[in-house]
Amino acid sequence: MVRRWWDWLLIGLSVVMFCAALVVVFLYAPREATMGDVQRIFYFHVASAWVGFFGFFVTFLGGVLYLVRGERRWDILSLSSAEVGLTFITMVLITGSLWAKPVWGTYWTWEPRLTISAVQWLIYVAYVMLRASTVGEERVARFSAVYGVLAFVTVPLSWFAIRWWRTIHPQVVSSEGMALTPKMVQTLMASLATFTVIYVTLLRERMRLEQAQDRLAALREG
Amino acid sequence: MIEVRGLRKSFGSRTALDDVSLSVADRERVMLVGPNGAGKTTLLRILATLGRPSAGSVLIDGRDPFREWAKVRASIGFLSHQTLLYGDLSARQNLRFYARMYQVEDADARIDELLRRVDLHQRQDDLVRGYSRGMQQRLAVARAVLHGPTVLLLDEPYSGLDPIASESLTRLLDGLADDGCTLLLTSHRPVAEGRLFDRVVALNRGRVVHDGAFGDPRTFADRYRSWVGAAEAA
Amino acid sequence: MLRQIGAILAKDLAAELHTREILSAMAVFAITAVLTFSFALDLRGATGEAAAPGVLWTTIAFTGTLGLSRSLAREQESGGISGLMLASEDRTVIFVGKALSNLVLMLLLEIVLLPLATIFFDVNFVRPSVVLIVVLGTVGYATAGTLLAAIAVNTRAREVMLPILLLPLVVPLLLGAVHATAGLLEGLTLAEVGSWVQILVVYDLLMTAAAVATFSYVVEA
Repeated sequence: MVRRWWDWLLIGLSVVMFCAALVVVFLYAPREATMGDVQRIFYFHVASAWVGFFGFFVTFLGGVLYLVRGERRWDILSLSSAEVGLTFITMVLITGSLWAKPVWGTYWTWEPRLTISAVQWLIYVAYVMLRASTVGEERVARFSAVYGVLAFVTVPLSWFAIRWWRTIHPQVVSSEGMALTPKMVQTLMASLATFTVIYVTLLRERMRLEQAQDRLAALREG
Repeated sequence: MIEVRGLRKSFGSRTALDDVSLSVADRERVMLVGPNGAGKTTLLRILATLGRPSAGSVLIDGRDPFREWAKVRASIGFLSHQTLLYGDLSARQNLRFYARMYQVEDADARIDELLRRVDLHQRQDDLVRGYSRGMQQRLAVARAVLHGPTVLLLDEPYSGLDPIASESLTRLLDGLADDGCTLLLTSHRPVAEGRLFDRVVALNRGRVVHDGAFGDPRTFADRYRSWVGAAEAA
Repeated sequence: MLRQIGAILAKDLAAELHTREILSAMAVFAITAVLTFSFALDLRGATGEAAAPGVLWTTIAFTGTLGLSRSLAREQESGGISGLMLASEDRTVIFVGKALSNLVLMLLLEIVLLPLATIFFDVNFVRPSVVLIVVLGTVGYATAGTLLAAIAVNTRAREVMLPILLLPLVVPLLLGAVHATAGLLEGLTLAEVGSWVQILVVYDLLMTAAAVATFSYVVEA
């Protein structure tokens, strides 16, 4: 529960990398031809989406391991990843809207990546609500693990279905149309790395919080 | 024949059963007693594979019920305060369903016989939803013994029964035990319901605190207090 | 094993036959839903025709949660799942039995709904290819729905929890079924809407496997 040295390292790294990322995104990356500076949101948007999905995968993994092993720590991993992932997915939806309005004139586009993020957001929220509504520590863990597994299985299928849907009704609005220069790719990679580190840091903090609550409950009982 | 060794059951951070070991021989009649939350229901449910142990082993007639449930299920009958019956079906339909599930031979004849024994033959085609509590519990008993189990696990079966219904349940259990059933029953009123039982096991806080002969009902309350502690027994 | 699944299915249908409460509730709700959509979205004429597949499937999706919840609540009433666990050879038998009975209930509803939608929207839903899509979609829905209903019924929010859990997971089914149906109504052949049919089939297979694998964790404490 006490922060180990790598926890401090993670926190430090997060701060440093985030500052560096800001610099890279705003100063290093070139100004996009058609969209202008607003386009810079794209780097945070895509990075959040990736991390959001990765968080989903970790929740799934934690769920499987919990069902197989029955150990509380896997449940802690799942729930922490779900909460942190939910935060990132919310960021995707917000940055997506902020980007869409000035560029395409509408807050919401049915762009595949955005749509799948909306679906993931709903799943994350359902996961959190399920945990809140179930009584009994062990039951909560079991039910949410099963839900996490089932939900994860459907996400790739949702992705394909949404993509095919969008090709039937092709839109003008799409980030697919953007040509990425090498500098932009590098900036994207930098954002991605930063957000991943931030995710791991937040994940670790959330897990520590849960572990501390477990300790508190155990002390109260005994 | 039931063999329980080192059984542990935790629900998250709460330990319901802690290193419980118990042996019940064929045809024994054992009563399980203890304060609320002692773990009696948990133990019975695990024996019926309705819950998984966190550690330890259970053997029924030499078999692990969790591995070989398909074979073991026919030997086990379970009765609790939940009737496990379908309100939207008649008594007969309920029993026919379970007969099909257990592949009972001569199902109709057996159902007839049981319905008569629990005195529900007249109302057999009425929906169970319309039955009184006592009637439902009697039907539940019929359901529990329909497939001819050799081990009967009963969790507070007398709760909600009036004196007449209690008496007929006791008679029924007596008959079944004579026919070769092993009985393991939990009760909150051991003296009132203890007539049939030769052995008593007391649980407290998930541990076995006494295991011995039932003895004289007149001294039962005092002995119970000594096993379980005066505060708990009150 | 098959015999036990059959017994569970027969029991559920017999119970439903006695009261018909689930079917009637679903039917009334479905009709109300279609009417509400039509009023609120002004679905007359060409607009109605274009919207028809969507309205049909949305109605099925929402009505389904009603039936699923009630069906599993019925088991819960007197500890039914425990009874099933005691009597079945295997937990999988319970799941398949319940999923099949839920499937049959939904199919019965759809037998009423399809002709109704045909009359209402002046589009012919009642043809073999469309029926196939309806069956494929309903199979996936009933599978996911049965498992999630078993979870939902054990939460504090109960019935309310089910649509929250289920709907995000049936997105592929909805998209696949609506687009396949729409394509078929426009005169395309099954082969031409093949990619959507594929999604439905893959979903059905994957979800069945996942549900069967995880069901015992839901019912065992």
